Amino acid sequence: MIAKEYTRLHKLEGPLMVISGVEGASYDEIVEIKTPHETKHGKVIQLEDDLAVIQVFESTSDLSVHDVRVRFTGKPLELRLSKDILGRTFNGIGEPIDGGGEIFGGKKMDVNGRPMNPVSRHYPRNFIQTGISSIDGLATLIRGQKLPIFSGSGLPHNQIAAQIVKQAKIFDEENSEFTIVFAAMGVKHDDAHYFRRVFEEWGVMDRVVMFLNLADDPVVERISTPRSALTAAEYLAFEEDHHVLVIMTDITSYCEALREISAVREEVPGRKGYPGYLYSDLASLYERAGMMKGARGSITQIPILTMPNDDITHPIPDLTGFITEGQIVLSRELFQQNIYPPVNILPSLSRLMKDGIGEGYTRADHADVANQVFASYSKVQEVLALAQVIGEEELSDTDKKYLEFGRAFESRFLNQDFDENRDMEETLDLAWDILSILPKSELNRINPKLVEENYRG
Amino acid sequence: MGKKTGIIRYINGPVVKASQMDRFKLREMVTVGPNKLIGEVISIDGDEGTIQVYEETSGLKVGDEIVPTGKPLSVKLGPGIIGSIFDGIQRPLDQIYAASGGFIGEGIGLISIDLEKEWDVTIQVKVGDTVSPGDRFGYVQETSLIKHYLMIPPNVQGKVIEVKPSGTYAMEEVLLKVQDDQKVYDVKMYQEWPVRSPRPVRERKTIDRPLITGQRVIDTFFPIAKGGTVAIPGGFGTGKTMTQHQLAKWSDADIIVYIGCGERGNEMTDVLEEFPKLNDPKSGLPLMNRTILIANTSNMPVAAREASIYTGITIAEYYRDMGYHVAVMADSTSRWAEALREISGRLEEMPAEEGYPAYLSSRLAEFYERAGFVQTLNEQDGSVTIIGAVSPAGGDFSEPVTQNTRRFVGAFLGLDRKLAYSRHYPAINWLTSYSGYIDDLAAWYKENVAEDILEIRARMLKLLNEESKLQEIVKLVGEDVLPDDQRLTLEIANVIKVGYLQQNAFHDEDTYVSLAKQYKMLKVIELLYERAKEAVAHGIPISKVKDENLFHEVIQMKYTIPNDYSDEFTVLEEKIKDYYENLLNAYQWERVK
Repeated sequence: MIAKEYTRLHKLEGPLMVISGVEGASYDEIVEIKTPHETKHGKVIQLEDDLAVIQVFESTSDLSVHDVRVRFTGKPLELRLSKDILGRTFNGIGEPIDGGGEIFGGKKMDVNGRPMNPVSRHYPRNFIQTGISSIDGLATLIRGQKLPIFSGSGLPHNQIAAQIVKQAKIFDEENSEFTIVFAAMGVKHDDAHYFRRVFEEWGVMDRVVMFLNLADDPVVERISTPRSALTAAEYLAFEEDHHVLVIMTDITSYCEALREISAVREEVPGRKGYPGYLYSDLASLYERAGMMKGARGSITQIPILTMPNDDITHPIPDLTGFITEGQIVLSRELFQQNIYPPVNILPSLSRLMKDGIGEGYTRADHADVANQVFASYSKVQEVLALAQVIGEEELSDTDKKYLEFGRAFESRFLNQDFDENRDMEETLDLAWDILSILPKSELNRINPKLVEENYRG
Repeated sequence: MGKKTGIIRYINGPVVKASQMDRFKLREMVTVGPNKLIGEVISIDGDEGTIQVYEETSGLKVGDEIVPTGKPLSVKLGPGIIGSIFDGIQRPLDQIYAASGGFIGEGIGLISIDLEKEWDVTIQVKVGDTVSPGDRFGYVQETSLIKHYLMIPPNVQGKVIEVKPSGTYAMEEVLLKVQDDQKVYDVKMYQEWPVRSPRPVRERKTIDRPLITGQRVIDTFFPIAKGGTVAIPGGFGTGKTMTQHQLAKWSDADIIVYIGCGERGNEMTDVLEEFPKLNDPKSGLPLMNRTILIANTSNMPVAAREASIYTGITIAEYYRDMGYHVAVMADSTSRWAEALREISGRLEEMPAEEGYPAYLSSRLAEFYERAGFVQTLNEQDGSVTIIGAVSPAGGDFSEPVTQNTRRFVGAFLGLDRKLAYSRHYPAINWLTSYSGYIDDLAAWYKENVAEDILEIRARMLKLLNEESKLQEIVKLVGEDVLPDDQRLTLEIANVIKVGYLQQNAFHDEDTYVSLAKQYKMLKVIELLYERAKEAVAHGIPISKVKDENLFHEVIQMKYTIPNDYSDEFTVLEEKIKDYYENLLNAYQWERVK
């Protein structure tokens, strides 16, 4: 069958294009748009009688109603994948942008993926040591988990992600190294450059696949960037048995792109103008993390999002938190006190931690110690609030101990160097050192036997 | 051909519009396109019909066919449901796994419970018997825990004219033929029922007994009733799912229907891996033998999410009709409401609050009203309890789903972010939560636990209330300036919070606590309070009254005293009495000197 070309453009608005007289087009398929100078791509997002609404990936600014020929490919957006993608850089729709030529051979996969059957999932239980005490000790990352970093503009989320990439380690298998899939959505050139530089410096570039859609790249491509990246990750994890760590930054820019397109389509808005399907859309990305029966690889996701105005109740962090398995929240206040990484542990959480720590995984005392640190540090906040009113001098002796504990916790436990790699033993021992500042009777979250064994009074 | 098909003319995500639909019925189930995707007619306007599609619509074309099935969206109800995991429209996920591998594909068709499977059937009627809807005509031992009664479907009655002997049969076998004035009905091991219609009952009864959960804060302070409705709202990370899992594990329902509606895939996998290993506290048999899972994870098609709630409740009603007490956990009803919103948006309906459709409130009401304590058609007691998690945006309880849900539920267990941050679990806020079932259940508690348990409960709640007021003062001036009796209130409130309300789901002894032990614990705390108060009243300083070791021991009793305690509580009580007696004596002796 010779593919028919359409030339009747009905309407052009922002990234959307409406063609009339269409026959036999299918929902979600990719179209090729030929102008006298170049070929662009688009996707069918709505069909009504003979009208097809097409979302154009590249810039639409030089398109005109004349001189455009549109051809339907009959296929959804696909990515050609083989082991050769390692070390390469692509744009949001999977075209190489590093001058290294096309990918040949391998396998073509639909970027939309398919929902993983809960029956086929393998429940994640093996922890990843990141070498960062606040994460390992209190919000342990598990292989196959999706654990986002909730950050704010100007906070060092990139450094933390880079440090995790550098230090991440698993223990129970020979193949203990990670393959990194990096998806940049609407980030600044500097940020993309930063990651590339550190990957090159550490000599890991041959284990990295990058998908870049920078701040000045077309908005529509931003929607497909994480999908392309996750498709590559699924290929590497489930076909090639790699353990894949996916860094996606910045989810906020991604959501803004969704809102922009939704507004052009005149859809009914939900909260703050974001489309009503934002939750389902984000879930279609985040839920692609995991482990599958019959496959040896895994996909661990670390999405990074900058909370607008540092507000955790904003729809983007809010919906993300409802889907992901916990979150690591950064604090501007700690950052200003020059504490790196500035992790605010109280709202931070790893939901999969409960099954991946303790005897046989990390250490028998891990759960109790983490619990106690959370409870005590939360008490520190109350004491601090009181101290602001009545002055530190007037505090009771126990409360003064809490303040001392709080300060030690921030400066010794949270705070560590960018290239300081602490193993799990070190992290937990450090926690005991600091907890021992408190009177023994205050440690009511820890099994009394463990207190007797470990308390350093 | 008599069957008329519709022709697709519009596609937008899960919403499809088609022409030539005038012969279709509203809410009729249809197949869509060459892959035979499952859909449901949600509106008809002239000859144009709107269909919501339960599968991914990628690849669908204008001009593709819509084929009617002639019946509304229904589930097959029969043996083989328990222990299974289904998608939102009752398709078994393990069969989908077998058919399409690790990822869910399209066009699997309308599969349901395994119709090939053979069961050992015991028949309990004979030719000539008169049967009416809901009557039991036999049973199948479905799992080690559940005897599955075979019932006459609600639309069948008359005289039995043919009956198979007890034996091993497949599902499609006609077991009975029943005749009334007009026609002869074939009765099989299973029946079909449209998910959006409640199944009939003889009458709704008043609520009179609790659903015992083994969770102290619920059983003692905010009890749930069998046949009641409960909402558990909480922002992310406050432990909704953990609380739901605890209830699914330990509550004393006969059957649990767990609906994972728009939630995480790994959570369902967790249940699938964990439940077969956990044992029911009563029978010691695996919990999976009484559990049914419905999963529409957040990345599965959104229209099936809307249906999953109805599929779950219909299955629950079916087992209720056998005379069982069924608890439905819906996690989370907010995702269901959002699915309504998403589809409504694509239909370009006029939005009400926050983009939700105006019918949100009536849909919520319809759902929660399907709970209840009833007398079934064959005069058994049965109940459906609904425990719905709510995920308010931004943790703000003033949003529409939380507010509308609140109007239709009997108990409200508000989860608190601050408690969760300090890892106080379950993070149920004792100041904002309530249970409207206290009065209905008072008689039961007095008869089955103790005469004074509700009075102690009221006193403890009052104390916790006072404490929260005192905390406001403490925040301003510090604890030291309070008089000793108020400081004692703070100390005892702390004992209640840490030693009683907090419960450790990962501790073997603490994860489930019997009502008897709950009562004993309350008595110990009350004794401690009474004796300490007396000491304070005699002018003994709080530093002496609050003995670190004694208080610590009371806080730790949840771990140190087992569920099958013998005299540990008496020993502890004696210790408290001795301590304060000695303290008072020493103090009075000092005064005499």
